[in-house]
Formats: sequence, C-alpha cells, structure tokens
Amino acid sequence: MLKDITLGQYFPGTSPLHKLDPRMKIILTVIYIVDILFASNIWSFLLVSLFTVGLVLISTIPPKIVIKGLKPLIFIIAFTVIFNIFWTEGDHLLLSAGPVKIYLEGIMYAIFMIVRVVALLAGTCVVLTYTTSPIALTDGLEQLLSPLKKLRLPVHEFSMMMTIALRFIPTLVEETDKIMSAQKARGADFESGSLISRAKALVPILIPLFVSAFRRADDLAVAMECRCYRGGEGRSKMTALHFTGRDFLWLGIFLLFGAAVILINRFAPGISL
Amino acid sequence: MTTENKATSIRFENVSYIYSPDTPFEKRALDCINTEIEGGVITGLIGHTGSGKSTLVQLMNGLLKPTCGKVYVGGRDIWEDPKKIREFRFRVGLVFQYPEYQLFEETIYKDIAFGPSNMGLDEAEIKARVLESLDFVGLDASMLDKSPFDLSGGQKRRVAIAGIMAMRPEVLVLDEPAAGLDPRGREEILGGVHEYQRRSGSTVIIVSHSMEDMAKYADRLLVMKGAEVIKNGDCHEIFAESETLTSIGLDVPQITRFMKALAARGVDVPADIFTVDEAAAALLPLLRKEGGASC
Repeated sequence: MLKDITLGQYFPGTSPLHKLDPRMKIILTVIYIVDILFASNIWSFLLVSLFTVGLVLISTIPPKIVIKGLKPLIFIIAFTVIFNIFWTEGDHLLLSAGPVKIYLEGIMYAIFMIVRVVALLAGTCVVLTYTTSPIALTDGLEQLLSPLKKLRLPVHEFSMMMTIALRFIPTLVEETDKIMSAQKARGADFESGSLISRAKALVPILIPLFVSAFRRADDLAVAMECRCYRGGEGRSKMTALHFTGRDFLWLGIFLLFGAAVILINRFAPGISL
Repeated sequence: MTTENKATSIRFENVSYIYSPDTPFEKRALDCINTEIEGGVITGLIGHTGSGKSTLVQLMNGLLKPTCGKVYVGGRDIWEDPKKIREFRFRVGLVFQYPEYQLFEETIYKDIAFGPSNMGLDEAEIKARVLESLDFVGLDASMLDKSPFDLSGGQKRRVAIAGIMAMRPEVLVLDEPAAGLDPRGREEILGGVHEYQRRSGSTVIIVSHSMEDMAKYADRLLVMKGAEVIKNGDCHEIFAESETLTSIGLDVPQITRFMKALAARGVDVPADIFTVDEAAAALLPLLRKEGGASC
C-alpha cells in the first residue's frame, strides 16, 4: 500500500515541455496560473480548457495519469459545486422548490469553478511536476531565487535541503515497509482494534524509522564532508542552465494566451462571472 | 510448546509470486515453486542476489500472499482462513535481514518480550522465555534493563534474534543472520541458532551467501536460481556437484575446492567433503602412508 504513494511524479520523456529550461517552466507556471485567474466569461473559459488540453497532449503524459492525479480534488470540486449551485442568485430562475432556488448563473459558476480548478492543477502538473525531474526543479528554483542571496538568505542551503528531502522519500518509504513487515513478523497488529490501540501500534514503526533517519542523516553529513562540501559559495554546477530560443518561444505563447484571455473577457459577449 | 508438532515442515505447491502485477513494474519473483522443506533439521537457502530467496521466506509466515499456489505449514494451508494468518506469524518466526534496525523499546527485556506479549502470554511465561532466548544468543541477563540502543551492532542483532526465538516458533527462518559481522560474531550467532535447533528440535531455515557457514551448520540445502528452486537435497549431494553451483554464480566451500583439486591431480580422495574436519580425516591416513615413504 505504501508503494501507491507517488511523490515527485516525474515521467521521463522527450516532449517539447520536457526540454524546457526548468527556470522558464517555473516562470511559465506562474504566468499560466495568473492567466487562468483572469478568465471570467464563457469564451475565455473555453479558451483556457482548450489551452490546457493542448498542454496535456503536447506533454505526451498519458491523459489517464493526469486524470488520476486530479482525484484528490474531488471533494474540493464537489464542495464548490454545491455552494455555487445553491447559493448563487441571478436573473434566470430554473428551479424553485420551497427555499431552494436554482439559477442558471449558479450552474454556470459551478462549471467555471470546475474548469478553473481542473485546469489549474492539470496545467501545473503537466508543465512542472510531470515533466521536470525533482533535481532540475530545485536547481531551477535555486537559480531563480539567487537574487535573494543579496539579502543574505541561504538560498543554496534551502535548495540543497529540498534536493535531499526529495532524494530520501523513496528510501524512507521502502524502510517503513521493511520495518512494518519485521514488526508484523513479531505479531504486531496494525489493522484492528480501537483508534488508540492503532495509534499505539505505530510506535514500533516510528521509533526504528526515526532512529534510521537520524543515522542516515549522520552518514550523509559525513559523506558530504569527506567530499569537501562546504556550502554554496563559489560552487559550480555540473550542468549549467542556458535559456534558448525555444524557452522564449514558449514564454511568448503563454503571454499571448494571457493577452487573448483578457481581450476575450473584454470584447466577447457571453455569460460572465 | 506442543510436542506433536515439533518437526514442522513447509511445503510449497505451485507457488508463484509477482510484484506489482499489471503495471509496467511487474516482476515475477517466484515461478511455480514445488518443493518441501524438511522438518526438524537446518536447511540452508542459497542463491544469487535476486533469485527470490527473500520472497520465498516472506511467503512462509504469510507476510506475502502467493499470487497463485498454496503454502502448507505443518500440513495446513496457511491462507485457508486469512483471518487466522497471525497464528502462522507466531508458528513461523522470521528474522529479517539486519534485524537490529527493528528494535524500538526502552529496555532489552521489553523488546524481546514484544513478540511473546503479542501472543497474549502471561507475565511469568514471558519472563521465562526472554531469559531462555537470551541464553541462546549468548547475552547476559544483567543487560536486560539496558537500552537496546546502547549496544554494539552485533549485540543488537542478537537481541533482535532473541526477540523472535522468544516466541518459540516451530519454524525459525533467518534471512542472512550473519551478514556484515566479523568471524567471531558469525560464530556466536550461528552457533546460537544451532543450539536452539538442537534443543527445541524445531525446523530452521537460514538464508546465506557463505558456503563455509552452510557447510558447517546446515543439514540440507535448497538452491534457487532465477525465481525457481533448482536443487533441494542434503549438503553432501549438493556440494558434490560443484559444477552446477559454480555455473549459477555460487561457490562451494574452500575446502571442497581444495579436495577437488587434489582429486584432479590424481590423489585418491572422496569428492563430497565440505568441512575441514572431514578433510583432515580423509587426508591424514594418506599423509601417514606417503609421509613414511618420502621422508
């Protein structure tokens, strides 16, 4: 069951999105989110949907996986849909039963919300998490934030911490699995009993897990020191990041998309928020 | 401990195990295993890394459920009633690789008592078992109130093994119990396991890469290769076929290689020798005979 946890769900590939500079992808993601939040009428939402579908197709990530990634959102979506449908008032009354009144506007708002939330997550995943390896991501983030070094913020140290954390997630998942099996072999029971006894049953897993995490951290620190790691000052990269024409082309596309959304909002008539 | 079940055997019937089936990561770890592990003796489980040894041992106490096929412990299908699988966890005690990393209690006593108290035994019985298993692994009773985290690596491992022995399993399974220890540590742990087997008459299965250790302690050997059991027989039989073992990347004990080399040079010695004592017994008369002539 622990194997089902997929963090840093990077899918290696060679799509145009995979090949982008990670720094540009972070910038694109921010622009994309802003563009989506601008959308406010039926035509701009249509454009947002098309653009997102286009991104998913270009990324060559199987749509099945993208949809699976949206599953955790189901409660949020259901919640906003219910609120919008029952609590929005408008001019076009569709249904009226006692105190419950449903307006056309309510239904449209609900649909807009679904599109917004789904596009937000699907787009970010496809541009950023599914197509960028965690290492490239932290690397990009570090370089984007490097101006903050002037303010004496330890940017390099933070990104190193992030890289290490990501690196050890699978290791710790495996370790947890192993310790659970070992305690089960001694008759530990994690699946039955009251809530309190189940919580207590976690102690035999958590203590060895913490002990081993500390031991690993210690070993890693010594190994890094042996290789003369001394922080970010003057440290060069094995692969230096360079913006290419491709990166700016995509920046152009995303900016154009934003402009189109704003123009459609203003000039195309239709139901709007 | 019931007496009639002392020599509990484990039988595998058409057992296959597949990790993450129906995904791109699908891996067939065991392929249609049909074999029986004899009760009341020490069986060595040998095979190359990735040959399915660890999967096989986790099937024995129901930590893994076979994808198809049946596992019988003492003649009973362990998955007949999945709700009762915990009973087999106590009957088949499994010591994982590097078991020292599973210790968690404040004192050594409490840690060893974890298994027996999960069995629902009373305090006096638990105490007797803790003391008994501590004796098997060669630790002193004065240590019982110490924290297990203050011990050395080898001692921690012995505490962890004692934790399984204290459940008095009919079948004791150890996955590489001596890995990473110095010769003396190996001797102490394997000697303790040997002692446990002789005194309780239970079945013991040891996964190992050391042919020397196997030659010394195992009565029978089970050889695995590429998800299959390719040999199951007593030590003499299997070490005599050193060619088969070397062809799958395993070794025979050093002394067996030495005796084979001697035989190849025309010295008249038996081929199925795998301990130094046996070799000495076979060589001494020859040396006496020839020594008289050459000196």
